[in-house]
Amino acid sequence: MRTRANDLVCRAAIELMSDYIEGSLSRRDRRRLERHLAGCPDCSRYLEQMRLTIDASGSVSPDELAPEALDDLVEIFRAFRREDGD
Amino acid sequence: MDDAQLLHRLLGGDERAFRELVTRYHSSLVRTARYYVNSDASAEDVAQDTWIAVLRGVSNFEGRSSFKTWLLRILVNRARTTGSREHRAVPFDPTNAESVTDGRFNQNGGWSEPPAPFTDAIDDGIANERVIALVRVAISHLPSPQQAVVTLRDVEGLSTAEVAELLELSEANVRVILHRGRARVRNEVEKELYGGAT
Repeated sequence: MRTRANDLVCRAAIELMSDYIEGSLSRRDRRRLERHLAGCPDCSRYLEQMRLTIDASGSVSPDELAPEALDDLVEIFRAFRREDGD
Repeated sequence: MDDAQLLHRLLGGDERAFRELVTRYHSSLVRTARYYVNSDASAEDVAQDTWIAVLRGVSNFEGRSSFKTWLLRILVNRARTTGSREHRAVPFDPTNAESVTDGRFNQNGGWSEPPAPFTDAIDDGIANERVIALVRVAISHLPSPQQAVVTLRDVEGLSTAEVAELLELSEANVRVILHRGRARVRNEVEKELYGGAT
């Protein structure tokens, strides 16, 4: 494959990937990245893993709350209810 | 049950609804607060104060924004006040994206150590429980601006514009921080799956 002057190298390609996923790349950069991806299985894999990571982030369930922290808050809630009832 | 339903129950004094909302959002509140304040303990306090403010203000909540946005706004206002009392300078992003993967390219900018496949992390094309657990830990290890931005954008699903507004950053800045945070999370997952291959 003939390389062109504005072809991306892998190091530069991965810098564009988050914005690519966000849909916020300029049309020119998007084309450059897509051209690179078409010929680069490693960067395609990186992109796929970036997508997977983002998907997984959306499925992260809330951290287990320390029982004391939840108990404290529930105590506050009960105190509030009592005040409210007064 | 969605937030609006829980809120409705909370207004009626339902303790379980309160517990559920706390369970749902408390860790994101703490992570976001940490961006502004000096310590984890202080971030916990700010998050707790936020719930008190929610109890006080819930009957005035007009539903013009989502509950989540309203909650996060309360948190950020409080965290900002606490942070300035602590003379905390809001951190700029200290990490540099390239440092995450720097050693993995040759001098021509091509991969010398290409990404390892995540085969074990995928079931039928989607992330499995194992990778979700790894991602959760990786996010909690992110440095503070990245942690807040990744939590708000990718965990809580706010738009980039909403994150920018909430944290008073430009959208361009949010995108840069987001990119670095995501790259770091991906790397940490890879490292965990391959026992320190990176």
